[in-house]
Amino acid sequence: MAKVLMKGNEAIGEAAIRAGCKNYFAYPITPQSEVAEYLVKRLPEVGGVFLQGESEVAVGYMIFGAAGAGERVMTTSSSPGISLMSEAISYIAAAQCPAVFVNIMRGGPGLGGILPSQADYFQATKGGGHGDYRLLVLAPDGVQEAVEMTMQAFTLAEKYRGPVMILGDGLIGQMMEPVEFPEDLATEPTNKDDWATNGMATRTSKRRNLVKSLFLDPTELNANNLALKAKYQQMKREEIQFELYNADKDYQVLITSYGTMSRVCRTAIDQLKEEGIEVALLRPKTLFPFPEQAVYAAATKESCKSVISIEMSMGQMVEDVERCVKGQRPVEFYGECGGDIPSPEKIIDIIKAMI
Amino acid sequence: MGKTFSKPAALSDTMTHYCPGCTHGIVHRLVAEAIDELGIQDRTVGIAPVGCAVLAYNYFNCDFQEAAHGRAPAMATGIKRVRPDLIVFTYQGDGDLASIGMGEIIHAANRGEKFTTIFINNAIYGMTGGQMAPTTMPGQRASTAPMGRDTDQTGMPIKMANLLGGLVTPAYITRQAVLKPQQINKAKKAIKQAFQYQVEGKCFSFVEVISTCPTNWGLTPLDSLKWAEETLLPYYELGDVKTPE
Amino acid sequence: MAYEHIIDSERCKGCGLCVNFCPKNVLELTRKVNAKGHFPVHQARPEDCIHCTICCIMCPDVAIRIVETQTT
Repeated sequence: MAKVLMKGNEAIGEAAIRAGCKNYFAYPITPQSEVAEYLVKRLPEVGGVFLQGESEVAVGYMIFGAAGAGERVMTTSSSPGISLMSEAISYIAAAQCPAVFVNIMRGGPGLGGILPSQADYFQATKGGGHGDYRLLVLAPDGVQEAVEMTMQAFTLAEKYRGPVMILGDGLIGQMMEPVEFPEDLATEPTNKDDWATNGMATRTSKRRNLVKSLFLDPTELNANNLALKAKYQQMKREEIQFELYNADKDYQVLITSYGTMSRVCRTAIDQLKEEGIEVALLRPKTLFPFPEQAVYAAATKESCKSVISIEMSMGQMVEDVERCVKGQRPVEFYGECGGDIPSPEKIIDIIKAMI
Repeated sequence: MGKTFSKPAALSDTMTHYCPGCTHGIVHRLVAEAIDELGIQDRTVGIAPVGCAVLAYNYFNCDFQEAAHGRAPAMATGIKRVRPDLIVFTYQGDGDLASIGMGEIIHAANRGEKFTTIFINNAIYGMTGGQMAPTTMPGQRASTAPMGRDTDQTGMPIKMANLLGGLVTPAYITRQAVLKPQQINKAKKAIKQAFQYQVEGKCFSFVEVISTCPTNWGLTPLDSLKWAEETLLPYYELGDVKTPE
Repeated sequence: MAYEHIIDSERCKGCGLCVNFCPKNVLELTRKVNAKGHFPVHQARPEDCIHCTICCIMCPDVAIRIVETQTT
């Protein structure tokens, strides 16, 4: 399979098509509008559906409708747009429809900035929408992983009949890297006749399907919530992904970092190694379900004296890290949130100040 | 002389929760009759609103989705674009369509999305207890306009069929009423025509239906019909606003 | 052709729309409450019924139906 040099936003669009998703509804917002600009040309080539909706609010519900009808569907947006879609995400989770959302994070809060950030961690993992639901959140660290995770997202969305989010950032969206598209990841959902509103004629049982999230009876509502919770518990058992870097050495400091920021940390770790300072990185690849036990294990290695979470935010993932370390080591934080990505030199200075 | 009459197959047996005399029940039946007569029950998907008709899905025998408040036209767009062979309709009230959902209906109509919208205009918010709607008449009392709608503060009622009729994209836009048998028969024809346009894949179709809300108007069912005739019909004119031809 | 006019008293909500529009003044509300607490309609003068279906058309609850019967 040949490698192609592609811009992250475009690669994500192509990944959806390779995964058999031919339906895309979106609204322009920097720094991810190129996904739509790419797909508007590409989707007609594969007989797909492209629509620029009138707002992210409307787009969120176009996604819900199409997902409810049993078709693979994706949207991409960036932080303020994801806020607008958050209600729809809550509805989609409650109604148990598969859908893929991509957040190419930008600076916030409010209108913020158009440069990369990681300031939507809370929104993605703790719920931007209301109610007891969780998003399965995949956090790529570059264009290749963005492609693989986007393709994986459709399978996961259908396995769990719920929304899945790819949490990227403006750097991943904008930069160009060589990409290889995995083959044979496209699958059809096998159970959609059980729940999708794809027309009674398609189903042998001739029973109508209802996609809804309203349960006025408290017993029924509780039952729906328990059904959702069971899925999230299954995700915790089966879907955790993370990566350890330099963890086989006797490291003094454990860095937790994800996405673009983790690559800078990796460079810093390599440079510190040359000075004889061992530092390890634990990079969560799924932010929900969070690699809780792996964080605890890596933090409590005997050589490890402290943990630092490095994020392009004011401190979001660090709260989960603290929770997982259970007070066994001090947990520090470094972050910047204006859109400037901290340099390896900056990280090196911070680590040196810790030891 | 005489003829038979029975419940259409597309309407379920479930007794509705609507108030006595509420015309929702009449319009539900007309939609179900149109679905039966066009033979489309097994490929129809309805979209229920938030409002008194939030449980509409319990009263129809076809696939249904439940939309967030105002978003039904966006959901209909999603379904119809990915499955153009399905017959998709939204069923919405004053708040759902003319207030929170104003953006979605205008853009769906303007894009010429090929689904059908049934708009129940009873000039008030029913389910939430009688608040003022964008369609409430000047001087009409509502729980959030206890002295009657003050048009200096809140503007004039919105004539949705005319607003949408002003868009350039071809569509079938009509306003009907269900206040007496002759009107009901005409409304039935219009609703069936709306679905027929969708079967032909022709255009967006929109049927505004002047309806009653006895409970929140504080009138008996019969007096509600009278009030609607006297106060709503002069303002909300009946007839086809636009046809696609 | 003979027809039978059938009222489902448990579906009827006693709204009175059918009573008002019957062209032959056949219908009246009863004083016998149904399970939901409504006073349903009945045919007070069934012999005047011409099976025009106007009551069926006005009824929001599909509480009235008219069927063909066998004339033996």
